[in-house]
Amino acid sequence: MPQIAQLATTYSSQVFWLLVCFGLVFFVVGLGLLPKVTSTVDLRDKQIADDLAAAEAARAAADAEEEAWKVTAARQRAEAQAVIAQAKADAAKSTEAALAVASAKVDETLAAAEARIGAARNAALGEIEAVAADAAQDIVSRLAGISVPAEQAQAAVKGVLAHG
Amino acid sequence: MAEGKVDPVHQFTIEPLFGTDHWSIAGYNVMFTNSALWMAITAVVLIVFVAGGAKRAVVPGRWQMAVEGFTGFVDNLLKSNIGEAGRKYLPYIFSLFMFILFANLLGLLPLALVGLHPFTATSHFTVTGVLAVMSFAIVLIVGFAKHKLHFFSLFVPHGTPVPMIPIIFPIELISFMVRPFSLGLRLFVAMMAGHVLLEVLSGFVISGTNAGALTFGIAALPSFLLMIGICALELLVAGIQAYVFALLTCVYLNDAENLH
Repeated sequence: MPQIAQLATTYSSQVFWLLVCFGLVFFVVGLGLLPKVTSTVDLRDKQIADDLAAAEAARAAADAEEEAWKVTAARQRAEAQAVIAQAKADAAKSTEAALAVASAKVDETLAAAEARIGAARNAALGEIEAVAADAAQDIVSRLAGISVPAEQAQAAVKGVLAHG
Repeated sequence: MAEGKVDPVHQFTIEPLFGTDHWSIAGYNVMFTNSALWMAITAVVLIVFVAGGAKRAVVPGRWQMAVEGFTGFVDNLLKSNIGEAGRKYLPYIFSLFMFILFANLLGLLPLALVGLHPFTATSHFTVTGVLAVMSFAIVLIVGFAKHKLHFFSLFVPHGTPVPMIPIIFPIELISFMVRPFSLGLRLFVAMMAGHVLLEVLSGFVISGTNAGALTFGIAALPSFLLMIGICALELLVAGIQAYVFALLTCVYLNDAENLH
């Protein structure tokens, strides 16, 4: 086994050159190049984490915006409902007033018409009495040949009318 | 070799390339060998790989994705074992994991096809042992710096009855002291066993083919098919052993960082 057979003659060279080579690797790679690599990795990880955080913040902002929008929309809807209700109430009130005016006018017209009708009936009734009295006088003079004074005829007609 | 004689451990031989006699530091010879060459290649390939991924693009390309995949993997390993405090060990654990992984994989490259001899540095316990001792030393330094002498309470698990402490303490101490050995030997043994197995099987293929049609059918061909499967397994082992080494270092560091 050369490892043992050559030990005495080569151990110092082996140890020396290992220390030289490994030292070179340690100082150039471990202390020189490695920090560059790890700092790049760390930088990238940090950038990714920052980007994710920014995205998360943007999402939270969007959520907040949406929430605010919802609140605004709800408020505006409520306002609109209030305006509509107000308009409805106003419309109902004005309708009511117009109806009241109109019904008052109608009542007035009705009352006037009724009054006119009453007057016309009374007038008509009066006419009928006079006509009936004339007719009764005429009938009596024709049937019985008796001349009945107008007052008597009138009284008789009144009495008949009164009894229906 | 021409007669089908394959020495399965020859691949682990260290061959000096230059600096054999006069390169030394404080009396210790530091010749540049094939092992050192492959460790240097590992370091260069690893530096190129990570440098190609350090482009700092916010939207990564494929290469950058691959490098970030590795750093994220080691980062998660530390996070799940040690917690947020584990981040400061990332440079060391990442270097360790990638160095072992690249050394394992480069040693498996079929470069012999073009005449080169790949060498797996992690199949030498002198190499894995130094890595293990380094990890263990960091555990000790962190443990004693953070908890002072209170760190010794690591050897008395929570809720141990007082009469049991004299028995438990040495057992825990021994299991703790064995850690660098198990850490280094596990990687060395796994890499060496896989390479020896591949070499032995390829020896079967060569001798079986040379010995005639019958032995080719019953020995060489099945061995070759088995080699294909074992090559895939070795790629898996290369990754798993690098992962295990890094994972156990994390577990041991967790003991030092978060004393129970």
